[in-house]
Amino acid sequence: MSQPHLDTSPPVSDEVRKTTCYMCACRCGINVHLKGGKVAYIEGNRDHPVNKGVLCAKGSAGIMQVNAPSRLRAPLKRVGPRGSGEFEEITWDEALATAVSWLKPLRETAPEKLAFFTGRDQSQSFTGWWAQQFGTPNFAAHGGFCSVNMAAAGIYTMGGAFWEFGQPDWDHAKLFILFGVAEDHDSNPIKMGIGRLKARGARIVGVNPIRSGYNAVADDWLGITPGTDGLLILSLVHVLLGAGKIDVDYLSRYTNAPVLVNGDPKSPDYGLFLRDDAGKPLVIDRATGKLAPFDQPGLRPDLAASHRHAGVTHRPVMHLLAERYLDPQYAPEAVADRCGIPAAKIRALAAEIAHTAFDAPVVLEREWTDFRGELHKTMTGRPVAFHAMRGISAHSNGFQTARALHLLQILLGAVETPGGMRFKPPYPKPATAHPKPHCKVTPGAPLDGPHLGYVQGPDDLCLRDDGTAARIDKAFTWDNPMSAHGLMHMVISNAHAGDPYRIDTLFLYMANMSWNSSMNTGGVMKMLTDTDANGDYVIPRIIYSDAYSSEMVAYADLILPDTTYLERHDCISLLDRPISEADGAGDAIRWPVVQPDRDVRGFQSVLLDLGARLGLPGMVNADGSARYADYADYIVNHERKPGIGPLAGWRTGDKGLTHGRGLPNAAQLDEYIANGGFFVAHVPDNAAYFKPWNRAYQDWAVSMGFYDKPEPYLFQLYVEPLRRFQLAAEGHGTRQPPDHLRERIKTTLDPLPVWYAPFEDGHADPEEFPIHALTQRPMAMYHSWGTQNAWLRQIHGVNPLYVPTALWRSHGFAEGDWAQVTSMHGTITVPVAHMAALNENTVWTWNAIGKRKGAWALDEQAQEAEMGFLLNHLIHELLPPRGDGLRWSNADPVTGQAAWFDLRVKIEKVPAPAQSQPAYPPIASPVGKGPGKLTWKVGQ
Amino acid sequence: MTSLPTHTQRKLGLVIDLDTCVGCHACVVSCKGWNTENYGAPLSDQDPYGAEPSGTFLNRVHSYEVQPTDGAAQLVHFPKSCLHCDNAPCVTVCPTGASYKRQEDGIVLVNEDACIGCGLCAWACPYGAREMDMAAKVMKKCTLCVDRIYNENLPEVDRVPACVRTCPSNARHFGDLADPGSAVSQLVAARGGMDLMPEQGTAPVNKYLPPRIKDRLDQSDQIDILAPFLAPVTDQPKGFLGWLDKALDRL
Repeated sequence: MSQPHLDTSPPVSDEVRKTTCYMCACRCGINVHLKGGKVAYIEGNRDHPVNKGVLCAKGSAGIMQVNAPSRLRAPLKRVGPRGSGEFEEITWDEALATAVSWLKPLRETAPEKLAFFTGRDQSQSFTGWWAQQFGTPNFAAHGGFCSVNMAAAGIYTMGGAFWEFGQPDWDHAKLFILFGVAEDHDSNPIKMGIGRLKARGARIVGVNPIRSGYNAVADDWLGITPGTDGLLILSLVHVLLGAGKIDVDYLSRYTNAPVLVNGDPKSPDYGLFLRDDAGKPLVIDRATGKLAPFDQPGLRPDLAASHRHAGVTHRPVMHLLAERYLDPQYAPEAVADRCGIPAAKIRALAAEIAHTAFDAPVVLEREWTDFRGELHKTMTGRPVAFHAMRGISAHSNGFQTARALHLLQILLGAVETPGGMRFKPPYPKPATAHPKPHCKVTPGAPLDGPHLGYVQGPDDLCLRDDGTAARIDKAFTWDNPMSAHGLMHMVISNAHAGDPYRIDTLFLYMANMSWNSSMNTGGVMKMLTDTDANGDYVIPRIIYSDAYSSEMVAYADLILPDTTYLERHDCISLLDRPISEADGAGDAIRWPVVQPDRDVRGFQSVLLDLGARLGLPGMVNADGSARYADYADYIVNHERKPGIGPLAGWRTGDKGLTHGRGLPNAAQLDEYIANGGFFVAHVPDNAAYFKPWNRAYQDWAVSMGFYDKPEPYLFQLYVEPLRRFQLAAEGHGTRQPPDHLRERIKTTLDPLPVWYAPFEDGHADPEEFPIHALTQRPMAMYHSWGTQNAWLRQIHGVNPLYVPTALWRSHGFAEGDWAQVTSMHGTITVPVAHMAALNENTVWTWNAIGKRKGAWALDEQAQEAEMGFLLNHLIHELLPPRGDGLRWSNADPVTGQAAWFDLRVKIEKVPAPAQSQPAYPPIASPVGKGPGKLTWKVGQ
Repeated sequence: MTSLPTHTQRKLGLVIDLDTCVGCHACVVSCKGWNTENYGAPLSDQDPYGAEPSGTFLNRVHSYEVQPTDGAAQLVHFPKSCLHCDNAPCVTVCPTGASYKRQEDGIVLVNEDACIGCGLCAWACPYGAREMDMAAKVMKKCTLCVDRIYNENLPEVDRVPACVRTCPSNARHFGDLADPGSAVSQLVAARGGMDLMPEQGTAPVNKYLPPRIKDRLDQSDQIDILAPFLAPVTDQPKGFLGWLDKALDRL
């Protein structure tokens, strides 16, 4: 039989250029295959530490981002009313001159009148530095509406958190428990890890109201009621403590369980640690029975004894912990109904955790020496690994829930030990090693220090002399003292209300605030277009930078068009959000593997240009000329402190090239490109675990420049800074909270993890609004800036509201039906679909599929604009008014994280409308519409 | 009508692990990317920025809910592409010989030069694994990346189908299912790999590994086994401190 001739070895490409994807926060390495200078194919880079060759749907569809018709083409000046989308293309000279004419007077008189907030920013150490040099206190990125609860709880508790800071020990874990992860953070590494666990026969348990994605492949699923994860975790703690299934040795050596706490309610130090003259927390040495600083060589801290000092009894944290969590209020039977999980299942999970942790430890034959000088023959760990992300953190009790999870991990001895959770360099790093927030404004001069940081008590809050908030987002105030990532979701609302003050210019980057990135989307559109008695906009000026024609473009006065991800320089820096894995510190670059075919510029280069035109320190030479030609120049030559720059690889040392600390190297980017776009320094084997207490790790971290001297520390089961805020609320100290916040601070800023019901439960009548409503991004669009992608929108082009079986039946829904969904705040009308694998009181939909008509170069009849919808319309940035004239934000009271997932709704079957509601009029497209057909083949 | 080879030297195909597939669609888009640029006409998209975009895909992931009689509902992600059947009805139905099964490795291909776009093969395929490209008017299907797996311009490690190379959770495996010693054959043997719709008599080469049994945590036998791990040391804080003291002594 004859077969046609087939060339099975066709040329694949003319050239492969290796760069970093970073269209989401995974930061995978990619091989971009080019034919005739055009992108022909994109695949994962096998050598890259993050993705090791694999690539997600979004990464493979990158080719449709680079050719997207929604790409902005040139700087734009608004010519119609705000929100119309009517623009005129202008030159870069005019655009930059306009921006300078707005910003220069502000810097000279009132720098705080510039609010500079970046959304999916991938260069926060740079944009923050720029804002600091400008002198405004008003800078943050999107962490406040994403997952600051997770970050802050992790840093304060153990000097690192999940995801960017830490990862499960995929090689040794035997039980993996996944809490509340939407199908996202951190996408490819979790998928790869799940594959590795499954190949080894390890078990996976998912705790999530929705059984999709990772939860769909979990061996066991706990379909928990949203907002009750903390209660479930504390019940596990209750059972494990009662059974003595905790790692006593680990707790005594590496945590503050033995640290003594003042127990005198009348003392101004009530609840604070007993410290020596050097300020070191004290413990009792079990060998001598005497007090000793926690880090004394040879010390064996006692967990059981208490100490009487100056008439005050001091008890170890372990006592307080046992007292609280052995209480029957945490028994499985007491929490089962609220969590929606049978008590027997909670006990069974606790038993499996106990069995895996203590009957099947992982022992690595590796010697290491701890910070007290003791040599350990092995590295022994508890092979129970946890991971969690937005699902548990985007609640008003999210900070304490994340804390509770860390408490559970630490009680098991399953952090930084084999089989548990491992930190990624430059983490671990305790909260005390981070900067504190800075907010002192001096016209014409830089801010007094970095904007964001970790407060240690009321003295560190960002308050002005009259006690009002120094920042427009009210970060680091009594409303939310530990708001380490700022509160981007409050910026527009506060600026519109003039609370705490009015601003002049709102400068945003890659943040779709008039659409899916805001709570109360309709309200935000009104705030952005609202005018005062003179007819002037209440928020006078808005500058926006984006690569695409997103919904936000229409609401700005001046558009600075950015490049797409393959057309630009970036650095994925150890100063910022690096690509490290537990076994290696890594950073990476993007470089222009193709040139833009439009009059667009990389935003960071534009920011440097603006900085030079404004004469900002660090961005100009002595003669006033620009210090950096562009962002690439900055990446190579900027030094944050001597020897430490944005990139750690291939710096200039005394004897040639070096890594970590070193002088700038003019050929640094070439070295990165030759190495596939990234750099990795491997953690030495004897430094790979027990990092916070491991001398070998500490010394290695100093050599890499992560810190200037070894900084061993204890895990903070009891977080003393929280107690300092409580003490203030109880009336101690000179810096006092307003009276209306005292009770809330006492309840929610508890130094030991605590569970309280999500705030919306206290406002929305659970009888009237019995249903929880959630969103998640699909894995194919996780964190993506481009759901208009021609290939991806064929996969996720519609987002029905998924309804569980009992509700589906009781409302008499059938396929094709629509529902009206109502919260305390608003109403939407949307298509529904049935899904059985759901918590019985939870509905959900894919986030950010719905589009405004006219945006993203899509047809106005696009399914995303006709059928798609946002839940954002149901969620307000404020809690309902209480008649006290105050604006209470819908956020976590510790960190200010937007409480997206507190949402309660009711649903009702309604006749199908013409399109999903609310519907907004189309906006004019500054880029026209996309083509009617694609046959995309760049080769011959 | 076109005839099938009586025997193929090898049976190259995919083994897809339904216990591990998280439904991320990475394979779908990687396939779309490679095959748009490579074998034959590009995979086109109609109305890509319009009301209802639709395009040609050689591999799609479907999701099905399973509702056990007792226990929670489950969601199964089910990637599907051509299964390169031994008794491929799409080949025998082809009026021009455009559809054929390769003798050397069993891959089922469409010779686009001979394809008249009649669509009979798509009707004949019980799996719905073939798609007519609306721009080129030729039938498109999974080629098992025949232009990758032997491609000397690629590093040897990359000579696998694009979907296999990209799969983040390692749910896709490629190899020779005619060789009982191959890694894929061993995986099929160990995990009870299954044919899709065997009653159709198509003898598919691709195999599916079924999901493992789920939700055993609170089954009564498990609870009996696990209960001893939770024997309480005390139910009082005071008693707990006594236990703690002894536990520290034992260290």
